[in-house]
Order: sequence, then structure tokens, then C-alpha cells
Amino acid sequence: MEAFLQRIASRLGRDVRTSVERPKWKHAPQHTVFQGYSQDELLDELKKQCTRIHTTLVETTAGRLVDAIDDVIAAHGGGPIVVANDERYEQFGLSSLFTREDVHVWDHTLGRANIEAAERANIGITFSDITLAESGTVVLLNNRDQGRTISFLPKTYVAIIPRSTIVPRMTQAARTIRERGHVPSCINFITGPSNSADIEMNLVVGVHGPVKATYIVITDR
Amino acid sequence: MALKINMGEFHERVEKGIHNTFMRGAVAGAQERLRTRRLEAAEELGNWEEWRALGEEIRQHTLENLDYYLMQLSENVKKRGGHVFFAQTAEEANDYICRVVASKQAKKIVKSKSMVTEEIHMNAALEKLGCEVIETDLGEYILQVDDHDPPSHIVAPALHKNKEQIRDVFKEKLAYTKTEKPEELALHARHMLRHEYMTADVGITGCNFAIAESGSITLVTNEGNADLVTALPKTQITVMGMERIVPTFEEMEVLVSLLTRSAVGQKLTSYITVLTGPREEGEVDGPEEFHLVIVDNGRSDILGTEFQSVLQCIRCAACVNVCPVYRHIGGHSYGSIYSGPIGAVLSPLLGGYDDYKELPYASTLCAACTEACPVKIPLHELLLKHRQTIVEREGKAPISEKLAMKAFGLGAASSLLYKLGSKIAPTAVNPFTTNDRISKGPGPLKAWTDIREFPAPEKERFRDWLKQRGNE
Repeated sequence: MEAFLQRIASRLGRDVRTSVERPKWKHAPQHTVFQGYSQDELLDELKKQCTRIHTTLVETTAGRLVDAIDDVIAAHGGGPIVVANDERYEQFGLSSLFTREDVHVWDHTLGRANIEAAERANIGITFSDITLAESGTVVLLNNRDQGRTISFLPKTYVAIIPRSTIVPRMTQAARTIRERGHVPSCINFITGPSNSADIEMNLVVGVHGPVKATYIVITDR
Repeated sequence: MALKINMGEFHERVEKGIHNTFMRGAVAGAQERLRTRRLEAAEELGNWEEWRALGEEIRQHTLENLDYYLMQLSENVKKRGGHVFFAQTAEEANDYICRVVASKQAKKIVKSKSMVTEEIHMNAALEKLGCEVIETDLGEYILQVDDHDPPSHIVAPALHKNKEQIRDVFKEKLAYTKTEKPEELALHARHMLRHEYMTADVGITGCNFAIAESGSITLVTNEGNADLVTALPKTQITVMGMERIVPTFEEMEVLVSLLTRSAVGQKLTSYITVLTGPREEGEVDGPEEFHLVIVDNGRSDILGTEFQSVLQCIRCAACVNVCPVYRHIGGHSYGSIYSGPIGAVLSPLLGGYDDYKELPYASTLCAACTEACPVKIPLHELLLKHRQTIVEREGKAPISEKLAMKAFGLGAASSLLYKLGSKIAPTAVNPFTTNDRISKGPGPLKAWTDIREFPAPEKERFRDWLKQRGNE
């Protein structure tokens, strides 16, 4: 390593640097996007963006969330379903989800069986930790109770989005993640379903990951 | 695939490209679409120039302090339980990767798209070891199935193929039975590759941006293939060009925004994934072991030279998508995995002038590339610098240019020769002239007149005309 870095330093005409002050950048255009927008205005932007990323957005309230999720599940052909073991499901009154027969709740003590369940699943459901209005992106800070594959292996991916998680853009998410300290081993920024334009530039939706994506926004939380 | 793709001499490659009607149509259409989408995405922001200035500032600062940020990255990857290997050369990188793979007794490797692994010829090294290496990006997969056809575009590698060709390749190699519809072809690839992800021993990725402060790597895709490559196999190896690094999450965010807008006109692609170390305690997906291979392979030789700014590149291909020369000759003509203006600057630096001396001349110097670049690399100026270097320091000007200059030098140095030459010019080209136009020129004129006419020399010389006029 020393020789490698030494070579770089000498090409740059100096000794190896052991400390560098991160500069204050002269330009900061990223902070001007949706500056001063209310949560409602941000939600409007999110809705607009969803029409451009092949993603269905459903609005509901905390009180009607269970029904909204049931509807989405039914509309996508039902189970099997895989969900994270996330206390927010209970906080939002979704315990009934866990008792459904066709639902696999991620349980890290079961090891690879979780991945097999995700591979068999028709639908994967997680909460969004941070939601980006500009790009229509849900941010997942994964952990041992929320496997990475929940949002990749099933045919349909469903994100539950409390309105309070919506921020203007990736800028705010980057700062939050930086300030949190410990960075999760896998952070996903997911924007709609998987797609590819590799064949004659024709957009094909659903290549390796989910074929469909639905966002359920809880407007009063 | 190494940096160099073996497809004959430059002029033969161009000849082939120019006569490939499907490819030219596909390239023109793709350029049109990608260029428009990029412009729309930029316009939507309203202050694109400020974004570019920030992108340039971040990239320049990082390159100026590259040793520091690489050290910080390496320390933080290790803190999170990852392994780091610094590879000066392609051979060192491949040796290390092969050692890791051999120690796992791995047989099947899944890979997400990565230019640097193409550059170091990694697949061949692994195949020699007896491994099966499977590309999972749809475009790369198509090329791999078609007997390793080289990529022709940095972002859309299979751009030069049409869907009928892809259907035929799938039928021949993958027992495909359906039509040429892109949806059906993609679905077939999905089925084939799902099985591969689930059974692979090692996953290998490139790296769009490493984050020094957190020891993370960032992967940008639309298909989600990089996510499956890194979630399912027990061992992950990530290979990065040493310049693909930013200080913190906040700079990564800015560069990812510039990349996705410039490459495909999307605000963000479907999947931006930030991975830090191997899986943590209790996690069941993600790799048990993580190796980061940081590759120099000629990059440090560019540092501190007049070409340093080319290392700012974030591989978005915006320059490729606006280049009038690329539009006509296509990606394979460049003879390198890096095509278009960025390829014409980078390939001679990484691969040497012997193989790539023609590329800096494959440009009209129209500067559309420089204008499109989201991190403000002065591409057309770098192409000019290459030409200067080729002529002045290397003495490798194209032979036609040398001969022409020599002949002009001879002719212009002697007034007798000059008089004679200019006098006989109309007569000399007379057999080739119709209506004051030359459409089938001899010798060096042929390359020009193959595609357009050349005006015949005036019958009367300027000096004779002037003399005559003075007498009137």
C-alpha cells in the first residue's frame, strides 16, 4: 500500500498527505431543489415523479392502512409475501400481516431459509426510512431483521411511506446517513421497478429485480 | 476482453463501421434519445452549470488528494472487516482475485457490469483457473452469450445489435424459443440468470464511487443485477479504478446525480446501492467476505501531467452520445473498450500510442463533448494535446500527413517547383474531373472523394489572374 500511495504522491509532486481538510465547496446547487417546500408540496412532487418511474402510488391514512395493504396485495395476485421484522409494522397496526399464513417474516435465526422464502415470494414489503420527492426514491437502511433480498427477489415490491419521511432529494438523505454514525452494511436507494434498455434502447420493465413497484403513502403520519 | 479489442487496423475498423447500416441507425437513434433525455434532465434543474462546476470542483479536489482519500478508504474498509488490495498493474489485480477465488474453491462467479474488469482482462484470468464467469447486466450478458462480442458503448454495451440478432443468438445458445420482443428476451435472461445468482460462489462488481469516510462502495444500476450479485454469493470482490472515489456521502450524492442525469437522463437510476464491508453480525444475506481491489494500471502515470483532468471521468458516456464521429463509425472502430471522445483521450494514455495513435484524430474538435461533460473535462483540448504529443514528441504523425507536409515543404521551398506544381494541377487531375468536381479522386484524395466530392483546381491560377487584372 505504501508504495502505491507514495507513487501517487510523487506524481503529484509532493509527499504523502496524512490529513486533508474537506473544503467548503464554492457551489451548492443541490440545496436549492424544493427548498422551503411543505410536506404536502413534497408529497405532490413525489406523486408527479411516480408517474414517470412506472410506480403506482397509493395514498391512505394510518387508520385505513391495513385495508390499503390488503388491496395492494390482492391487486398483485396475493402471496406468498415476505416482510421485514420491523417494529413499525406493529406501531402502524399491521400485526395482522404477521399472522397471515402466506407471509414470511424475516427471522435472522433461520439463516438462508429467509432468502429462499424471498425467492418464492410474489410480494416483498418494507418501510421506507427516508423518501426522496425529487426522484421518487425510497431509502432502505437494511439490517439483520430486514434482509437485502426482500426488495429484490419477489416479483412485486411494496414500500410503506410515512409522509414524515419525505425529504426533497438525496442531499438530505446523504446528510442524515452521515450524521447517524454507524453506516448499515447495505443501503438501498430504490426508484421504481427494475428495468433495462439494453435491447435496441427499448425500455423493458422488470429484469433482475421486481417487475412492479407500489408505494403506499400514509398521509397522516 | 482487455482494453484493446482486436478487430484489425483503425481504417479497416472504420470502414466496417461505416458500412454497418443497422449499427449506424441504432447509434444515431440512441444518441438522439440519450442526448435529448440528458438535456431535459439538465434543464429541469435550472442551474445545470452550477452542478457541473460543483462536480468539477469535487473531482479535482479528490484527485489532488488521491493518496489521502485512498488511505482513508482502505482504513475504513478494514475497520468494517473488509480486505483491501492495492494493485499497481492488471497482472497484480488478477493474481489477487484469482488467489481469493481459488482459496474459496469457487467454480461459478456472477459479475455485474464493470469497465475496469474488462480493462484488466479479468474474466480470461478466471476462466483460465477453470471458473465460469457469468455477466449479469443484460447488455453484457447478450455480448457474452454471443461468443464475447466486444462492447460498443460504455453505458449500453450491446447497442450495435438488433433484437433479431439477439433472438438468434439466444435460440442458438440458450434454447430460446420465443420471438424477438425485447420483453420476452429479457424475461428469458431473467430466468436463466436467477438460477446463476442463487448458485454462484463469488460475486464480482465494479465500483461507481467509493466513499473514503465510511469505507463504502456505491453501485449504480437500473436492472438490480449488482444487488443480487452482492446479496447472494458468500464472497464479494469489488474492483475499482483508483480514481473512482469521493470524500463523503455528500459528494457521492452529487456525483451520482450528475452521473444518472448525464448517462440516461434519469434523476436517479432504479437502484443506487451503498455497501459497507461484509454482512454484519446476524445478517443472512450479503457476503461473508468482502475484498476491495484498487487498481492503478497506468492511471498514476496520468497524474501530474497535462492529461490529469481525464481522471475526473465518471463514465457517463454523455460525450459519446453527442460525438458526430462516434455517430458515424460506432464504438468498435475505436479498437478499445473505451469508445467515443473519452475513449480517444483515455485509450492512448492507458494503452499507448502504438495502438491508439489514430484515435485523437478521430474527432472534428467540435467541442460538443466538452460541453456535455458533467465534470467539465476539456475533452477536445486533450485530443489536441494528444495530437501535439504525437507529432512533436513521438514523431508519430499519420503517414499521409507526414507525406503531405513533406511534399508541401518541398514544393513551397522552391519557387520553380511551386510554379510548376500549381500550373499543372488542373491538367493532372483532369481525368478525374467532371463539371469542376472530382468524385473519384486518386491517391490521398480517395478517402475524401469516397464519401463526397472535391472541387477541382481552378483552370486559372490566382497569381495569373492577379497579374492579368493588373494589366487591365
